[in-house]
Amino acid sequence: MKLLYFAWVREKTGIGEETITMPEGVTTVEDLVSWMITRGGGFEAAFADKSTVRVAVNQEYAKIDWPVTDDDEIAFFPPVTGG
Amino acid sequence: MTIKVQAEDFDVGAELVALTDGDHGVGGLCSFVGLVRDMAGTEPIGAMTLEHYPGMTEKALVEIEAEACERWPLSSTLIIHRYGRLEPGDRIVLVAAASAHREAAFDGCHFLIDWLKTRAPFWKLEDTPDGGQWVSARADDDKAAARWAAASDKTEAAE
Repeated sequence: MKLLYFAWVREKTGIGEETITMPEGVTTVEDLVSWMITRGGGFEAAFADKSTVRVAVNQEYAKIDWPVTDDDEIAFFPPVTGG
Repeated sequence: MTIKVQAEDFDVGAELVALTDGDHGVGGLCSFVGLVRDMAGTEPIGAMTLEHYPGMTEKALVEIEAEACERWPLSSTLIIHRYGRLEPGDRIVLVAAASAHREAAFDGCHFLIDWLKTRAPFWKLEDTPDGGQWVSARADDDKAAARWAAASDKTEAAE
């Protein structure tokens, strides 16, 4: 799966983009976020307050119980502030 | 229905003229231009950098325009949003809605900017005297967008 990070989520994780093999046991957005925290360091810091991180699956806003697959593009970012 | 996500500035007059050029059914064209302020609360800012999500940003803007066109009888709509480094006074965004009558043009334009602010993936990083600060989402923006959601619920309930 392709993972993208934007704004302060990118700054905290220290990377903008990576491709990983879907971790074992992960089937939903929520599982993936929980797995992120187990990576420690900047990832743990970025996802410490889950309520401040938005998730998009294949460029659509995703709910926490959405399924994810190894072919997905998944993005993590703060609430948007454009306009 | 036009969407542009670009680093370069835009000519408001030329864009608005082009939007309704040749369409004589249009009776009203309403537009909103967002600019970079020189203050963030009580802090002066030197510049800001707008980040976006190439691909999803365009997709979100197309969906926002489609939603506006579903709610009001709009002849044409326009969203131009810039990204990259911008300074106080620079234009950030232009939205416009044209219709046979002014009510739909005003409402459509207002909806476009309110919906964009809470849905389109853009993030502002302000240069302040204390360094770079990511702008927090404002509760007022959510309230402004929620007003349109409530209006839609009312319409559905009435049907």
